[in-house]
Amino acid sequence: MTEVSLLTLFFTFFKIGLFTFGGGYAMLPFIQQEVMLNNWIDEASFVNFVGISESSPGPFAINIATFIGMEKGGWLGAALSTLGVVLPSFIVILIVAQFYLKFKESRIVSGVMSGLKPAAVGLIASAVITMVIEVLFPAGFSLGQFAGAQIYVSLAIFALGLFLLLKMKKHPIFIICISAVLGIGAGYLFGL
Amino acid sequence: MKNKERLLPLFLTFLKIGAFTFGGGYAMIPLIQKEVTETHKWLSDEDILNIVAIAESTPGPIAINSATFVGYMTCGVMGSVLATLGVVLPAFIFIALVSLLLRNIMDIQAVQYAFMGIRAGVLALVVKALISMYKQCPKHLVAYIIAGLAFAVSLLTDISILYVIIGCAVLGLVTSMMMKKKEAEAK
Repeated sequence: MTEVSLLTLFFTFFKIGLFTFGGGYAMLPFIQQEVMLNNWIDEASFVNFVGISESSPGPFAINIATFIGMEKGGWLGAALSTLGVVLPSFIVILIVAQFYLKFKESRIVSGVMSGLKPAAVGLIASAVITMVIEVLFPAGFSLGQFAGAQIYVSLAIFALGLFLLLKMKKHPIFIICISAVLGIGAGYLFGL
Repeated sequence: MKNKERLLPLFLTFLKIGAFTFGGGYAMIPLIQKEVTETHKWLSDEDILNIVAIAESTPGPIAINSATFVGYMTCGVMGSVLATLGVVLPAFIFIALVSLLLRNIMDIQAVQYAFMGIRAGVLALVVKALISMYKQCPKHLVAYIIAGLAFAVSLLTDISILYVIIGCAVLGLVTSMMMKKKEAEAK
């Protein structure tokens, strides 16, 4: 894993905070590009962490900034990453608060948002596809020794998760718990 | 500052909201509304509607935007600092501790199996998030083209997402101006 300076942590998360609209998962594509491509942490640790974040209090953005900051720079790294992701919001809101009624009615703002909303959908779709491929085929498409069984287990949990979320309207924390239990069960059962 | 006595309750309220909301931004809004308009009567329902609308169209996490904004409207800049700090602090402390804990338990076989399951479950969560974002998105030709462009560029090229976002913002602005002009001419 790459070493990262405290300053880089701060500025990377500042940039992410400044250019993410809509919050939460809108950050995924950015994190993938900035953090994964630069090899700060690997995709599996990142996806693990998304699971933890879903079952932790607080906004996803803060959770992920704190986590990556902690991994790469200890407590100070965590504090600077979190400050970095919060600061743009904070400054922009303080400015906008001075003339927010005008801002709300502005045609320029609504025009920009009419481009940003679909952009977010496209970007997240691309991030999700990358994520699905890397989680299901961690070793690439060539099957390793036990990769076969693991793919079926993962696919089954994925399908069950979707069913529970979309049809049964279950809470994300419930999905994470079920997935963990099934993962442990299947792991020992098939000796993965 | 005229509402100085509100500073501490403001901080504690957002500390509570930060500690008890799971799943981020949108999950927080009903809680913020209840605390700020019903329990403490700092702001009106209309204020909250404005705040949420603006939090959605300014950069950054919705939770942070809303906290900063509510804090500012309740007791100025100091209020916005305390509200934001309050909403961030529980997540920060919790995750920092979890991250320390993870380093010590990741070698355990059962934990690795659990995370194998969790990773698959997370895929379901992100697919669901994608579906709900798609549902909220405007549905017309220009929107589909922008979404398609952003998707293709980010999946197939190494171009920075920053440029994709700026490009789509400009595209949205230009097309919406053109449509407004057309409407005006039609009248």
